[in-house]
Amino acid sequence: MSSREKVEYRNIGKNLVRADAKDIVTGHATFFDDFKLKDVLYGYRLGSPYPHARITFIDTSEAEAMRGVRAVITYKNVPAPVDQWGLGLPPAIPILEQVVNYVGEAVAIIAADTKEIAMEAADLIKIEYEQLEPVYYSQDSAKPEAPQLYPVFPGNKIPDLEISGEKMMTSLHRGDVNKAFEECDIIETGTYTYDKFGSPAAIEPPGITSFIHDGRIQLYGTIQAPHTEQMFFQIKSRMPTDVKSFNVGGSFGNKSCMETTASYCSALSAATHRPVKMFLTKAEQLLVHDMRIGIYSESKVGLKDGLLHAAEGTVYLDCGAINGVGQIQLGVGLGEMQVAFGKCKNWEVHGDVVMTNHVQTASVRGFGGQEIKCAFMPLVMKAVKKADIDPLEFCINNFAQTGDGWIWRDSHWYDCKEQDYSHVMRTSGEKFGWKDKWKGWYVPTREYGNKAVGVGVSVHGNADVGEDQAEAYVRLEGNGDVYLHNSITESGMGQASNLRKYVADVLDIDAAKVIVKGGDTTIAPYDFGPAGSCSTLTTGEAVTRAAEDARRQLLENAARNVFHCTPEELTTTDGLVYMLSAPENRVPWFGCLDAFGLTITGHGTWKSDYSKSNFCIYFSEVEVDKDTGICKLLKVLVGTDVGQIIDPATLEMQAQGGFGAAAADTGMLEESVLDEYTGHVLTSNLIDYKWRPFNEFPPFEFNVEEDHPEVSRFKAVGFGEISGAPGPASMMMAISNAIGKEFCAYPAHPRAVLAALGKA
Amino acid sequence: MDGKLIHIAINGEQYEFLVSTRKINGAIPPEETLATTLRERLNLTGTKIACGEGACGACTVLLNNRAVSSCITLTVECDGKDVVTIEGLQDPVTGELDPIQQAFIDYYAFQCGFCTPGIIMAAKGLFIKNPHPDRKEVEDALSGNMCRCISQYHALDAIMAVSEKLTNEGGIKA
Repeated sequence: MSSREKVEYRNIGKNLVRADAKDIVTGHATFFDDFKLKDVLYGYRLGSPYPHARITFIDTSEAEAMRGVRAVITYKNVPAPVDQWGLGLPPAIPILEQVVNYVGEAVAIIAADTKEIAMEAADLIKIEYEQLEPVYYSQDSAKPEAPQLYPVFPGNKIPDLEISGEKMMTSLHRGDVNKAFEECDIIETGTYTYDKFGSPAAIEPPGITSFIHDGRIQLYGTIQAPHTEQMFFQIKSRMPTDVKSFNVGGSFGNKSCMETTASYCSALSAATHRPVKMFLTKAEQLLVHDMRIGIYSESKVGLKDGLLHAAEGTVYLDCGAINGVGQIQLGVGLGEMQVAFGKCKNWEVHGDVVMTNHVQTASVRGFGGQEIKCAFMPLVMKAVKKADIDPLEFCINNFAQTGDGWIWRDSHWYDCKEQDYSHVMRTSGEKFGWKDKWKGWYVPTREYGNKAVGVGVSVHGNADVGEDQAEAYVRLEGNGDVYLHNSITESGMGQASNLRKYVADVLDIDAAKVIVKGGDTTIAPYDFGPAGSCSTLTTGEAVTRAAEDARRQLLENAARNVFHCTPEELTTTDGLVYMLSAPENRVPWFGCLDAFGLTITGHGTWKSDYSKSNFCIYFSEVEVDKDTGICKLLKVLVGTDVGQIIDPATLEMQAQGGFGAAAADTGMLEESVLDEYTGHVLTSNLIDYKWRPFNEFPPFEFNVEEDHPEVSRFKAVGFGEISGAPGPASMMMAISNAIGKEFCAYPAHPRAVLAALGKA
Repeated sequence: MDGKLIHIAINGEQYEFLVSTRKINGAIPPEETLATTLRERLNLTGTKIACGEGACGACTVLLNNRAVSSCITLTVECDGKDVVTIEGLQDPVTGELDPIQQAFIDYYAFQCGFCTPGIIMAAKGLFIKNPHPDRKEVEDALSGNMCRCISQYHALDAIMAVSEKLTNEGGIKA
């Protein structure tokens, strides 16, 4: 633990029953599909059966004539103003096109009185296609002779991006790589991929209702971050947009944009002048909703004195057929490599966002960092193996500390501040039993019969914990009620509840007294939302400052109206104000306000700061059956230092959550299976897209420390996004050690393991 | 079946539905699932529809005290039977939560909460059948309930706490 003193707070650091807990366990919480809107129509998309094709004939007349059908839209009749909108970033792809670029891409969208009618109408649409050659992998798509997807993106590459004043870093140039490689003791090269397009597959499928009315768009949906949805949608539509969310049934970054579904609903609303709802089925979610990106890395790394000293190569970010955040994901991912290898000052990594005929992709937890790490860490560890260095020691010695730094996604340099995770790395290793289990590179920990057990370790950190802006209002009512206005939603992280603690500890009240009014851009100020683990620090500090501002005004009012002293002589506890020198004389808040009925509103903001990362170390112990190739996770330990724990139970569940949502389990379990002959993704249900059920979880340990860095009043940084990010690479190392040779194939199929063993 | 009245007790209330293949206002088509009837006709939206094919458990309810997936159970199959949904677990008079519901609060056993009603109903069904399950039996009984946020560890702790409490107190009320 740190030598910095731990402060005992009234609310922060203690478990708090979620504000919506009773509603959750009684079934009364309102999720998107529980919300009923008057006059709503139901939307349905008819998808292309081909991965790359030109529509040569389309006849919708029978569908349009069907009773209950209100609109049928194809590329020929997209209504204004949606005909001017674009998908992707830059938003250059029309929402419906004559040429389709992935299986399931909408060729027609239908609004009807019921979804069943819309689906029946889709069956009546007659379409003929001219099939075109598809390309599924970024390394193929980036070649000059590759089939071209969009005329606006020649070479299948999305151009660099400047957005909101930020020039996104898509390539990383630091130091003198040629000179650095000459100085290296060990050099390794290799090609690695992490490209199985996992699906976050939140238990609640995604859904949107859009209503274009009086020149504004109203979006209701399963939306993780209302203002992020608003920002991206306004970029694409160039129309004022209001966004309302609900309890969200899991998101994992994957309900942040939903640009195709939202655009389809909007087009149908424009055509019908009624709200149009699309609530995807699980199959639609698994087949055509935003998938995780893929990564292809062809790189060279060099070590000097046990540290990564130089890295160069090419990284292709496979963004599928549509992606609205690829350049940002590339920038964040390249930034995160500099966090994990903070001592390396020489980088020459060329990155491209490459389009393929392989579904659509978008924001998913990990957001470029998990994917690039999974492709880059095995190569680095190959060099570490050659140097015969203990990988845990390597991680400890290489992770960025105060005094190091990185170029972040916005192309700016940030000095790393308030950071040293070496202590938690060591204690995590001790708790996992690394010293006993690690027997050397490609040496099993133990063997019995036909089974061998290996251990692995990897690390991850993300400076997006200070990402983007946040703003909050805290309103004090005379009766002692406290309202927090911030657009935070509740999608599983507990943030909407936990933010109450920041306010409550500033005002010295119970957190349960704070009422959160969020999830709606019309009643709350801008907040980037709970993404990249940022809201613990960014929203937390904005909320804290708003509460401090409200408290200051309250005490000024009380000093002026009641106590006739300076505000500094006053304090407030449990809705009462008193002089520090005379605590027996206490006045309720209503007595301190300027007049009956008036309230006090405090305002707080946070501006983006990428100078500190969060941290996760992941230890895996894997058993490999050398006859069948079946791998089994025997034990996992996750370690982190979060600065200050806000809510212990929530934090632990965020750590455990690292298994799911196409995070750690992409190491051995999760993938979207692509049939390369037809272009169809085959994993359309929960039998084929394998999840980990209740009876398949391994023993799990969590080692959490609190270093209390000086980054905010309450000194907390977020963690959830990265809790599974280093998992897959640690599993590849564990399998390598179990079978006695390098292994890297995500996920670790039995056939891949047997192939590595020379048995397949 | 066409034009037949069916009777279902749902959360202790008796309901009568007309089943018809014709488009009669308010009539239930034979292919309508129990989940749809609960959600769309009775506004019992605590029962969630996620996969729609019986694979995720979010729609779990009790049918004659057995946990079933209501998204693959036809409403007409429920004629003459008792259905209990998540809304029916709480004591309607006192407001007291079922011990499983209370344990899920006490053990912080959910994150997004979308799958939670189904998990609680599956656990309820298990306790009715086996009032003293061990952890492995709970894990197996809930293997049809998926939680993507990964609240399984906490949910198991909550359910085991109920199991231990019931063992001391002598069982659970059906």
